[in-house]
Amino acid sequence: MAVEQQLAPFTGLNEEEIRRIVQDELERAQKRDTGPRKAAIISSKGTLDWAYPPLILATTAAASGMDASVFFTFYGLNVIHKDYEHKLKVSPIGNPAMPMPVPMPNFVTGLPGMGPMATHMMKSMFKSKNVATIHELLENAQDLGVRLIACQMTMEVFGYTQDDFIDGVEFAGAAAFLAEARQAHVTLFV
Amino acid sequence: MATTHEDLVLDARGLLCPMPIVKTAKAMKELEPGQVLKVMATDRGSITDVPAWCETTGNELLDWHEEDGFLVFHVRKHD
Repeated sequence: MAVEQQLAPFTGLNEEEIRRIVQDELERAQKRDTGPRKAAIISSKGTLDWAYPPLILATTAAASGMDASVFFTFYGLNVIHKDYEHKLKVSPIGNPAMPMPVPMPNFVTGLPGMGPMATHMMKSMFKSKNVATIHELLENAQDLGVRLIACQMTMEVFGYTQDDFIDGVEFAGAAAFLAEARQAHVTLFV
Repeated sequence: MATTHEDLVLDARGLLCPMPIVKTAKAMKELEPGQVLKVMATDRGSITDVPAWCETTGNELLDWHEEDGFLVFHVRKHD
C-alpha cells in the first residue's frame, strides 16, 4: 500500500506534502545540531612537537563549548607526567623536515648532543614567537574542563603509578575512551 | 569609521593559536548576554578562527577590521 493511501485518511495530506514536511523537519533538526558536542582525542606521542596538536585542539574545543577529553597512551603519557618539562624533547633523527641552523645530512643528527640542541632550538623558537608553553596549555585545558585521561595499561607497562602524573588526571582503559568517542563528533588519533 | 560600543576589551596581541580563542572564551564568561567584547589580536589565524568560533558557540561577530598592525573584532554574547 502506498504511503499516500496509508496516511491520507488521517492527515488529509498527499505523499508529496508529507515528504516535504519530513524533509523540512530533518533540515531543521540538522541545523539545530542537538547531537553531542564532544571531542575525544588520543595523544600517543611523547615528543615536544607532538605534545602540541592534541593540547591545542582540546583547549580550543573546550573554549568552543564542547566537552573535550584527551586520552594519553604509550609515549603520550609523557605529556601529563609530572616531569613533562624534561621528558618532552625533540629528536631531529629521521626527521628531514626539522629546520637546522646549517644544512646537514640526516645521519649527522644522530650524533651526541644533537637531540638536546634540537630541543633547545625548538623551545627558543616557540618562545621568540610567543607560542604558549605546554605548561600554559595544560593549565588552560584543565581550567576549561578538558578531561585528561591516562591509559591504565600503558601506565603499568612503563612502570608508572598514579602519583607520577599531574593533578587532575583520570585513569581509564580503551572501553572508557570508546564510550566517550562513540558520542563524539570529533575523534582524532595523534 | 563607525565605532562599536564594547563592554569589555581583551588584548590578545602577541599571542598565537590557540590562546586568542582560549582567552576570548574566558573573557566571554565575564559578560552578560547581549554585551559586547572587543578582541585585539595580531595572530593572522584569528581572521578565520574568531568567526569560526562565533559560529560554533552561537555568539555574534558584529564586525572586524584591521588597525595599525593588529586586528579588532567585536563579538556580542548570545542570549
